[in-house]
Amino acid sequence: MIWDWGYAIEILPALLRGLLVTLLATLLGSLLAFTLGLVFAVVRRNRVPVLDPLVRAFVEFWRSTPLLVQAFLIFYVLPGYGITLSPLTAGVLALGLHYACYTSEVYRAGIDAVPRGQWEAATALSLPRSRVWLGVVLPQAVPRVLPALGNYVISMFKEVPLLLAIGVVEVVTVAQQLTAQSFSPVEPLTLAGLLFLLISYPASLAVRRLERRVGVV
Amino acid sequence: MSSEPMIVFDGVEKRFGDNVVLSELDFTVRAGEHVTLIGPSGSGKTTILRLLMTLEKVNKGTIKVAGRYLSHMERRGKLVPADEKYSREVRKRIGMVFQQFNLFPNMTVRGNLIEGPTRVLGLSKDEANARAEDLLDLVGLRERIDEHPSRLSGGQQQRVAIARALAMRPDVLLLDEVTSALDPELVAGVLKLLRDIGESTDITILCVTHEMGFARDFSHRVMMFDGGRVIEDAPPDKLFTDPDHERTRSFLHAVLER
Amino acid sequence: MFDNLALIVGRLSEGLSTTVAAAVGGILLTVVFSLAAGLGMLSQVGVVRVVSRTYVEFFRGTSEIVQLFWIFFVLPALTGFRIVPLGAAILVLALNHGAYGGEIVRGAVQSVPRAQVEGAVALSLSPRDRMLRVILPQALVEMLPPFNNLFIQLLKSTSLLSLVVVAEITYIGQSLRANLPVAGQLTIYLVLLVMYLVLALLITAGMRWLERRAAARLGRTPRARTPGSRFQVGTAS
Repeated sequence: MIWDWGYAIEILPALLRGLLVTLLATLLGSLLAFTLGLVFAVVRRNRVPVLDPLVRAFVEFWRSTPLLVQAFLIFYVLPGYGITLSPLTAGVLALGLHYACYTSEVYRAGIDAVPRGQWEAATALSLPRSRVWLGVVLPQAVPRVLPALGNYVISMFKEVPLLLAIGVVEVVTVAQQLTAQSFSPVEPLTLAGLLFLLISYPASLAVRRLERRVGVV
Repeated sequence: MSSEPMIVFDGVEKRFGDNVVLSELDFTVRAGEHVTLIGPSGSGKTTILRLLMTLEKVNKGTIKVAGRYLSHMERRGKLVPADEKYSREVRKRIGMVFQQFNLFPNMTVRGNLIEGPTRVLGLSKDEANARAEDLLDLVGLRERIDEHPSRLSGGQQQRVAIARALAMRPDVLLLDEVTSALDPELVAGVLKLLRDIGESTDITILCVTHEMGFARDFSHRVMMFDGGRVIEDAPPDKLFTDPDHERTRSFLHAVLER
Repeated sequence: MFDNLALIVGRLSEGLSTTVAAAVGGILLTVVFSLAAGLGMLSQVGVVRVVSRTYVEFFRGTSEIVQLFWIFFVLPALTGFRIVPLGAAILVLALNHGAYGGEIVRGAVQSVPRAQVEGAVALSLSPRDRMLRVILPQALVEMLPPFNNLFIQLLKSTSLLSLVVVAEITYIGQSLRANLPVAGQLTIYLVLLVMYLVLALLITAGMRWLERRAAARLGRTPRARTPGSRFQVGTAS
C-alpha cells in the first residue's frame, strides 16, 4: 500500500488548482511586502520625526514574532472592529506586513551601500528631495538588493500553507481535504511537497545566478 | 572682476565634536575672483567648501553669498538657522566639483548634464540638451554624450563633472581637489580646461588643490590655511616667492620639494 | 479586559513548557544537523558531499508545513509507527532549520582565511585537528549572528505545531478563543506575541554571550552591533 499511481494522477488537477492560489497569495503578498518595506526604509532613512522610532519598534517586534499568530490576529480580531476580510485578503495582508519587515532591512542595506558622494553631488545640484530618491539613490540601491528580495519571495511561497489555518484554500489545504476523503495521506501530501520543490528549487537557482550577476550587498 | 563681495565669511566656527576645525574665520571673496586655498590636511580648507555647499552647518558666525545669507535666514528681523528650502534657493547659485567626480552611474552623460537644469532651473528638455551639448563641446567630450560614466576614464569623468556643474550657470564654482584622484597623465587635461573656464567666464572660483603650479597661474589670491585659521592671504606671486610667514614658507618648501 | 489578562496569561503559560521544550530541543538538534551538513558539503568524499547537498536543497526547497504534516500523517501511514508528537516536532524543526544551518556553517568555514588553513597544514596537524582546533573556532564567531536569526526562526516555527495538535502556546491560544469577545481575543494574540518576543530576546541574549566568549578566545572583541544588524542578507532561502 505505498503508492497508488492512479489516485495520484486523479488528484493532480485539484492540487494544481490549489497551487494557483498559493502562487497568487505569494504574488500579492510580495507586492505588498516590496512596497510597504520601501516605505518603512525611506521613513527610517529620512529620520521622519514621530514615524521613525515607531517604524523601528514595529519592525523589530513584528519580525521576531510568528506569522501564524499575526495571521490569526488579522483574520479573527479585525472583524470585531468593523474590518471583515476574506481569508485570502487577510492572508495576503499578514504575509505582506510580515515580509515588509524583512524587505525594509534589505532596502536599508541597499540604500546604505550607495556612496555618500552620490548624495553630495545631488545636493550640489540642488536637486529636490524627491528627485534625489527617485532619480539617484533608489535606482542605484534597488538593483543590488534584488537577489535578497528574490530569496524572500521564495521563503514566502513556502510559508503560504500556514494560511490554511485561517481558511485559505491553497495546495496543502486541498491535500488535507483529499486525505479526509480518501483516508490516504500519502499521495496528496507527497505530491504537494514535490510541487513546492519543483517550483522553489529552480527559483532559488535563478536567484543565485542573479546574485552572481548583480553582486551581493 | 567687480568689487562686489560674492562670498563673505564672518566669525565662522566649525567643530566636529571636540575638534575645532575652523575658528573665527573672516574673509571675503569678490565677484569674479579666483581664490585658491592651500595648506596641510585637516587645516579646514575642504570644510570651507563643504560649508558653502551646505553639506555642513556652521556652529557660529554667518556666511553670505551674493549678498544673501547662506547659513541663516532672516525672520522678523532676527537671524535663525536656515531651513532646507531656503538653503536650496541660495545654493542654486553655487556649483561644486568633487574629488571623486560623483557622476550618477544610473544615467548617461547626457542624463547627468540635463538633470539639474530641467529639475531645478526649470529649463525645457530641448534647452537643457542644447546647453549640455555646448558644454560637452567646451570640455571636448561631445561624442560621448550618450554613454554611461563607467565607460569613461577618470579624467573624462571629471571633465563631465565640471560640465555638469557649469550647466547650472553658477555664480560660484567650488573645486575640491578635483585632480587628486586622477592618474598623473590625466591631470593636465583637466587643469587646462579649468584655466580656459577661468579665462572665458567671470564665475567666482574657490579652489582647494595641491597643484601649486596651477594655483600660481590660475589664482588672483592664495590663502594659506593651518589649524583652522588663515595664516596668509596674498596674490600668488607674492605668496609663492616671498611669503611673510614661516609656516607658509615651511609648507611650500615641503610641497615644492617633490 | 484586565481580569481576562491574568486568566489568559495563566492559561497560555501552561503551554510555555512545550514551546520552550520544542524550541530548545529543536535548536540543539539543529546544531547537530547544521554541523553535519555544513562539514559534509565540504568533505573530500564525493558521496558525502552529494548526500549533504541533497539534504540541504531538499529541506530548503520544501515547505516546513508540508514537512510537518508529512512526518505527522504520512510517515505513520507508511510505516505503521506511532510517532511521539513532541519528538517528531523537534525532528522536523531540526531537519528543516538544519538545512539552512548547513549553509551557514559552510559559508563560515569557507570564510576562514586560507592562510590559517595553510598554517595548520604546515604544522602537520591532522585534518581532524585542523578542523577542530583551528578552523571551527574561527568560523564560530562568524556563524553566531546568522544562527541567532535562524534560532529565532525556529522559535517562530514552533507556532506551527499548533496545526498538528501539539499543546504549545499558540494551540492553547486558539483553544481559548472560542468563548471570548473580541477584546479578549485581541488580548490572547497580543500576549502570545509578547511571549514569543520575550523568548526571542532571551535567545539573542544567549547568542550574544556566546559571541563574546567565542571572540574572547580568539583575543578579539565581537563586532559592534548596529540596530537591525541582526538581519543578514542571503540566509533567507
